[in-house]
Amino acid sequence: MAELTMVQAICDALQVALEEMPEVLLLGEDIGKNGGVFRATDGLWEQFGDERVIDTPLAEAGIIGSSIGLAVNGFKPVAEVQFLTFIYPAFEQIISHIARLHTRTQGAFPNSIVIRAPYGGGIRAPELHSDSTETFFVHTPGLKVVVPSTPSDAKGLLLAAIKQPDPVIFLEPMKLYRAFKEEVPTGWYEIPLGSARLVQTGTDVTIIAWGAMVPVAMQGASECEKSGISCEVIDLRTLDPVDEETIIQSVTKTGRVVIVQEAPRTLGLGSELMAMIQEQAFYSLEAPMVRVTSYDVPVPMYALEDDFRPTAEKVAQAVYKVVQEGGR
Amino acid sequence: MIQWVTPEGKLTKQGLKHWSKFSNDEKREWLRWMILARQFDRRAILLQRQGRIGTYAPLEGQEAAQIGSSMALHPEDWVFPSYREHGVALKVGMPISQVFLYWMGRVEGCKPPEGVRLMPPTVPIATQIPQAVGAAWASKLRKETFVSVAYFGDGATSEGDFHEGLNFAGVFKLPVIFFCQNNGYAISVPFNRQSASETIAERAKAYQIPGVLVDGNDVFAVRGVMEEAIARARKGDGPTLIEAVTYRKGSHTTADDATRYRPSDEVKEWIEERDPVERWRACLLHEGLISLEEVESWTHHCDEQVDLGIKEAESSTPALATHLFEYVYHEVSRKLMRQKTECETREIPWLN
Repeated sequence: MAELTMVQAICDALQVALEEMPEVLLLGEDIGKNGGVFRATDGLWEQFGDERVIDTPLAEAGIIGSSIGLAVNGFKPVAEVQFLTFIYPAFEQIISHIARLHTRTQGAFPNSIVIRAPYGGGIRAPELHSDSTETFFVHTPGLKVVVPSTPSDAKGLLLAAIKQPDPVIFLEPMKLYRAFKEEVPTGWYEIPLGSARLVQTGTDVTIIAWGAMVPVAMQGASECEKSGISCEVIDLRTLDPVDEETIIQSVTKTGRVVIVQEAPRTLGLGSELMAMIQEQAFYSLEAPMVRVTSYDVPVPMYALEDDFRPTAEKVAQAVYKVVQEGGR
Repeated sequence: MIQWVTPEGKLTKQGLKHWSKFSNDEKREWLRWMILARQFDRRAILLQRQGRIGTYAPLEGQEAAQIGSSMALHPEDWVFPSYREHGVALKVGMPISQVFLYWMGRVEGCKPPEGVRLMPPTVPIATQIPQAVGAAWASKLRKETFVSVAYFGDGATSEGDFHEGLNFAGVFKLPVIFFCQNNGYAISVPFNRQSASETIAERAKAYQIPGVLVDGNDVFAVRGVMEEAIARARKGDGPTLIEAVTYRKGSHTTADDATRYRPSDEVKEWIEERDPVERWRACLLHEGLISLEEVESWTHHCDEQVDLGIKEAESSTPALATHLFEYVYHEVSRKLMRQKTECETREIPWLN
């Protein structure tokens, strides 16, 4: 065990992967000598050399496109896109190729690629650095999508993602990179994809969140505890495949749902979760479900980001709403 | 522009110089494969007209570029094609029946036989270029000598992926061949509307890689420049950009009408005076390496092979719709399992 921040835990996971899997290589912009703009690859270039920790030209489609060729020819590329907001030049490679190659070739070529990208807001980043567009990838069949919210989850999920035969989009909430430290297991350590984490158990309301919204949800929940409302908080961890079982079990128990999502509201993952809960647990619901999301406007420059993003106060409000609506 | 055989089928000075580089048997093979590609192509168009295959992208006119380049490959080299490289696909080991299956909308047409390093046709333009770079990179990192070839057209050179691919390959000195069949048109848009540069080959200079301009309807010259490019790549001397100047005799696809955008005298000239198959046939006849009877019997034999391919394709059992769920991921998720059941039973469930 070691006390690590999330970004240190990610670096630790990459170090372990490079050590234990000779086919793993890292590629991206500024990940070598500089150790990544967030230091997620700090020291790895020195340890593993220029052929396994590769600084590439500044070209996202080139990074992701060549990762496909590396993967079909036997390597396991872990590509870093410097910010999720910069991934769009590579979108065609991801949507038209990575997501489909397994289907198109009926498994003839390996297609095991991990794309890591810091994402989301809340760190006063410059304009066009703070998108939360995980929905694009969840919407695309053939990709798995993972979002950790704690240092040890980040390590365990990243190593599990690297072991996956399927391509994984691994989104790292920048806001949580250095938010807190916790004990992280040393060496190889996996958390299986597709399993949510019950952050806290409760009986009145189920709050579902992921990424940087998990601590916001928790804060909202503890606010509500003061009024005697018991909240169950679920951290999805994997957005696709989503852990339906944990969600449905919880909703069946509480009958009330609040979804906290950093992305804009329309067609965010929250919409799909509501549809899924409606289909699978409609008769358990005591009140309409509520979403706490960012607004359907372009991500603003940082002076207004606190107005844009969900807050603990809004979460608490939503909880009060579903509790009052259903009666207790 | 490198030319070893004139359009009339005469060896040029350079052609004479290189003539003994390749065995007579191999030279005959080039013609045989070009004939197969052509007969396949002509039948495919007919099948489309009969409604037996879907929209099809014809290759006629580009046989020399495709066969000349693919004849130079080792079975362990990687091929990243666009969607018109049926000649290449057949040459590197894709069964005729499977190429037909692809155009019949069947996924089996994307999966090469075990050991054939041929990627499925690439439809989004130029996206295969950085992918081919990646496969070459893997080969270099493992210190293997296998190369990777990206096939693309003139239109692809306007895409960002073309630049990104060549730039990566130049920086990392990767064993990749960028093989451009410049057939003059990207659907309807002529090359002078794609680029202000006179040739595609000259762009190689900016990436510090050799750029080769070759007569793409001269199978001998294409085979020769490809050989050199591959040798350089295998030695660790990095990538090459080859621009093979050619012409598609027909339309972009069976859904296109090329008479709308190409002057008829231009088309006539390419068809009547610069045909790649005729050129090589004339050369081999002149050099005494084949007889007309042989060519006739080859053509007949190719037709039989194509017939057989059609028969195999048309009689193969199509995959069930439920097969759709099998290869999305390496395991079938809960969600997909439910949708598979929905597909099987054709019943809308309460739980989606």
